[in-house]
Amino acid sequence: MSLMVLREQLNVLVNSMFLEGLLDAQFRQLQMLQDASNPGFVAEVITLFCEDSERMLTELTKLLDQAVVDYQKVDAYVHQLKGSSSSVGAQSVKLSCIQFKQFCEENNKEGCLSELNMVKHQYYSLRSKFETMLQLEQRIQAYDSEQQN
Amino acid sequence: MAVGGKRRWWWERRAAVVAGVTIAVSVWVGSHCYFRRENMAKAEEALVSMCEERARMIQDQFAVSVNHVHALAILISTFYYQKQPPALDQETFAYYTAKTAFERPLLNGVAYAERIIHSQREIFETRQGWTIMTMKREPSPIQDEYAPVIYSQETVSYIEAIDMMSGEEDRENILRARATGKAVLTKPFRLLESNHLGVVLTFPVYRSGLPEDATVEQLVEATAGYLGGAFDVESLVENLLRQLAGNQEITINVYDITNASEPLIMYGPQIPEGYMPLSHVSMLDFGDPFRKHQMHCRYREKPPLPLSAITTPFGIFVIIMLGGYIVFAAKNHYDNVKEDCRKMEELKVQAEAADVAKSQFLATVSHEIRTPMNGVLGMLDMLLDTDLNLTQKDYAQTAQVCGKALISLINEVLDRAKIEAGKLEIEAVPFDLRSILDDVISLFSSKSREKGIELAVFVSDKVPEVVTGDPGRFRQIITNLVGNSVKFTERGHIFVQVLLADNSDLGADGKVYSGLNGLSQSEKVQIMSDCTFDTLSGFEAADTRNNWENFKLLLSDEMFLPEVSTFDKEPDIVTLIVSVEDTGIGIPLRAQDRVFTPFMQADSSTSRNYGGTGIGLSITKCLVELMGGQINFTSRPNVGSTFTFTAVFKRCNKDAIADTKRTLSEALPTGFKGMKAFIVDGKPVRNAVTRYHLKRLGIAVEVANTVKMMLNSLTRQSSNFRAGRQPYIILIEKDSWYTGMDVYLHNQLLLLKQNDCVLELPKVILLVTCEYDKMSTGSLVDTVIIKPLRASTVAACLQQVLGMEKQQKKELSNGPTNLRNLLAGKNILVVDDNKVNLRVAASALKKYGARVECAERGKDALLLLQLPHKFDACFMDVQMPEMDGFEATRQIRLMESKANEQISNGGASREGEDSMIVEWHLPILAMTADVIQATYEECLKCGMDGYVSKPFEEQQLFQAVAKFLVSKPSSDS
Repeated sequence: MSLMVLREQLNVLVNSMFLEGLLDAQFRQLQMLQDASNPGFVAEVITLFCEDSERMLTELTKLLDQAVVDYQKVDAYVHQLKGSSSSVGAQSVKLSCIQFKQFCEENNKEGCLSELNMVKHQYYSLRSKFETMLQLEQRIQAYDSEQQN
Repeated sequence: MAVGGKRRWWWERRAAVVAGVTIAVSVWVGSHCYFRRENMAKAEEALVSMCEERARMIQDQFAVSVNHVHALAILISTFYYQKQPPALDQETFAYYTAKTAFERPLLNGVAYAERIIHSQREIFETRQGWTIMTMKREPSPIQDEYAPVIYSQETVSYIEAIDMMSGEEDRENILRARATGKAVLTKPFRLLESNHLGVVLTFPVYRSGLPEDATVEQLVEATAGYLGGAFDVESLVENLLRQLAGNQEITINVYDITNASEPLIMYGPQIPEGYMPLSHVSMLDFGDPFRKHQMHCRYREKPPLPLSAITTPFGIFVIIMLGGYIVFAAKNHYDNVKEDCRKMEELKVQAEAADVAKSQFLATVSHEIRTPMNGVLGMLDMLLDTDLNLTQKDYAQTAQVCGKALISLINEVLDRAKIEAGKLEIEAVPFDLRSILDDVISLFSSKSREKGIELAVFVSDKVPEVVTGDPGRFRQIITNLVGNSVKFTERGHIFVQVLLADNSDLGADGKVYSGLNGLSQSEKVQIMSDCTFDTLSGFEAADTRNNWENFKLLLSDEMFLPEVSTFDKEPDIVTLIVSVEDTGIGIPLRAQDRVFTPFMQADSSTSRNYGGTGIGLSITKCLVELMGGQINFTSRPNVGSTFTFTAVFKRCNKDAIADTKRTLSEALPTGFKGMKAFIVDGKPVRNAVTRYHLKRLGIAVEVANTVKMMLNSLTRQSSNFRAGRQPYIILIEKDSWYTGMDVYLHNQLLLLKQNDCVLELPKVILLVTCEYDKMSTGSLVDTVIIKPLRASTVAACLQQVLGMEKQQKKELSNGPTNLRNLLAGKNILVVDDNKVNLRVAASALKKYGARVECAERGKDALLLLQLPHKFDACFMDVQMPEMDGFEATRQIRLMESKANEQISNGGASREGEDSMIVEWHLPILAMTADVIQATYEECLKCGMDGYVSKPFEEQQLFQAVAKFLVSKPSSDS
């Protein structure tokens, strides 16, 4: 597969993610930040984001499983998740988080649970896309380095 | 609640009605009773008077009769007893009494009975020729004494010879009469013959020679006889009363009440009749002290109620009811009005709430729209970067233009909403007014060139170079006004003029002028000369203030009073008058009063022809008012409009000016100082504008109306030019140019040079308004400047023409480069608990050349910031666990203030290279996701210097950072 095709695929993937509303302009910023000096930036950030998010999602699941929910803690986690998702430009996750936060402020457990599921759903669909994206990027980079060599 | 209220209201109303009716009825009843009682009192009064009258009358009549009987007694004693033989006999007596009967109306007859002792009986009987009879007409039994009637009146002749002592009442009467010597009465009894109720009056007749104070025995002894008369009370009283008025109305009873417990009726019906409740009792005195009599009067019928006793209360009742109804109706009306008023109030509150809600909604919605629109525009940008064929590119570009227009509209709406919600705040930063105007002009230069309209800016020399205010908003106002003018102007000019308010009183006149829109035609015609106007382009303008007449005054003013402003006493406040004049289609008269109303355009066709929403001017007005100014305009249809506004700025102190010049304005090249230029331009206003720009570059200017005049003055002043070592520049307006002029001018100039009038050939620069003009110029012109003029473009042109070296030409200010300048080589600490955010922020800052260190917790940040440290700035997340950004900042500031104290106390404790830093103060900027909520004050309160949104926006980042960091041009590496 040629480099062009890979690039094209990556582009199509990213654009489709934009169209689906998974990503927003912030992701463009991220892409712009990646240059020759730090080639793996986007990948790094995405990995960071994924690790972070998964940890927080597990924490949230645990917290919400308990009989008495500590909404303050939940709120803190959701805020974190919102912050990181907006930094990455994960729009859908961010929007869900905003909703989640609202339920949390209302101490609405059912809302929280359903919204947690929503966030999870959004996150997992995003993650799978991200994984594909990262694979593509790896291949492109591999191609690049091959060419350079 | 409404139902309950209504119910209660209904009950209240009901109660009020009942109370009103009750009052009316009770008043009616009360007054009726009053009238009734009054009536009774009156009736009683009448009764009393009638009764008394009757009583007196009967009494008088009675007394008269008694008196007469008395007289008869005297008669008898005189003529019967004192004459011998007696001069009186039955015949005489009967005759006399019959004749004097009218004197005794109450007595139906009188008779005289002589006192006869038993011993004299026989003598008496024989003398009289009859025997003494008893009442029963029998010969009298033997008694001690007899009282036979000897004389009698005709009417009672039947009692002749009857012994009066034989009757019970008569006997008693006789005994009492002779004992008292007065007239006495019997109790009433049925009289003989008539069978009427009556009383008998008995009067004693004494023999003469009775002493005055005779005892009872003497009286009895002296008694000669008895005179008696029967009062037929019943018929007599009746006769008497018949004569009186009102006889029919009352009934009268007369009683003998000698025995009080058992009154004996004398007159009137046995059983009292008539109207019982009202009666009157009068005492009667018939002269007999032993007997007492009473008269009872009462009405035969109940006294009739007068009509007024019914009608008057009824009238009052009606009046009260009417009055009550009026009050009731008024109250009802009042209630209704109050209710309506309350409803209105409610509606008003609702409406106001709706208005606020609308503004908020607008703000929210526009904000929400902006986000996806940015996506759309970004994608279009990217799309345009890809390989597109021409049609596609055209489509994409159109879409982008539309999108941009939409964004700007949304921004306007957002502005408008913000202003309405009172959330718009005016900044106060130093800025260079002239460069902002230049920027605005350059923004519209392409359009003005296309249309071939003259676009010019003139700023009075007195306006300070740097003022403190809100440059963004000022720019927005100017852009709006100029944008409008450009949109609506097809020919002529647009002229932006900035004056200091106190060096011309024209500003004050503005209000007067605006009232005269389109009226002062005749005045303006006079200003015309050669069918052109003394305005910038020669077209007529709506407002005469910008024509040469006024402008000249202004300029001369400035020339003769140069730079007084350097004195200290100049005021802190700078009020500027900015006018934007165009020669466009103008505003129709009928639309002029709603120009500043949002979404109002002159008419609907305007938006079809020219586009736009009509929100711009209303925002402009709001902004102007926020900046403490006023805006008004003068406009004449098909002539043009002039918008004038005042803006209040603060004057900057000198240091700030120097500072600002360095950081904010791109400095104009200074290499032209001392040069001279000649402007050839027939239009004074226009050449004043050109002069203004050249002056800003430090070029001295001379003016000539035509090329010939210019050449003449060149020749004349040739001696001066020998001294002048600077190259001479000639700027010629397109108007003064004609084909072939270039050759002519060139030759002339060559000639001058040969004559040593000039040292070297002056550079000729042509000023044109549109691209098209550029083509038609000759080849011998050094360069052509397409207007609008800006100091920087002029400078660039001159540099090019004069071949001057590019003096440290800086790149024009665009965001990233400037950010790079600012941030390059800076040590920046980023604190955020979110790894992802941290990473992204760090690399974004790194991209601008900053050296970034990261901390994940507030405590770590504190450790890193232990003094002394190397950081130039710190970006701090606000919301962090354990120690949030605000707390961390407070601690950092605490640390710093301690250190600063030490410095000031311990003198130069920090030696060496940093001695010029007087105090520690690390710029700390908050990073926050929601910029709207995080108000500036909140950050300031805990010692932060500002905030940036997260994720970073370039422009905002730059603005925030620019305040605190000084760019280090040297550290570009």
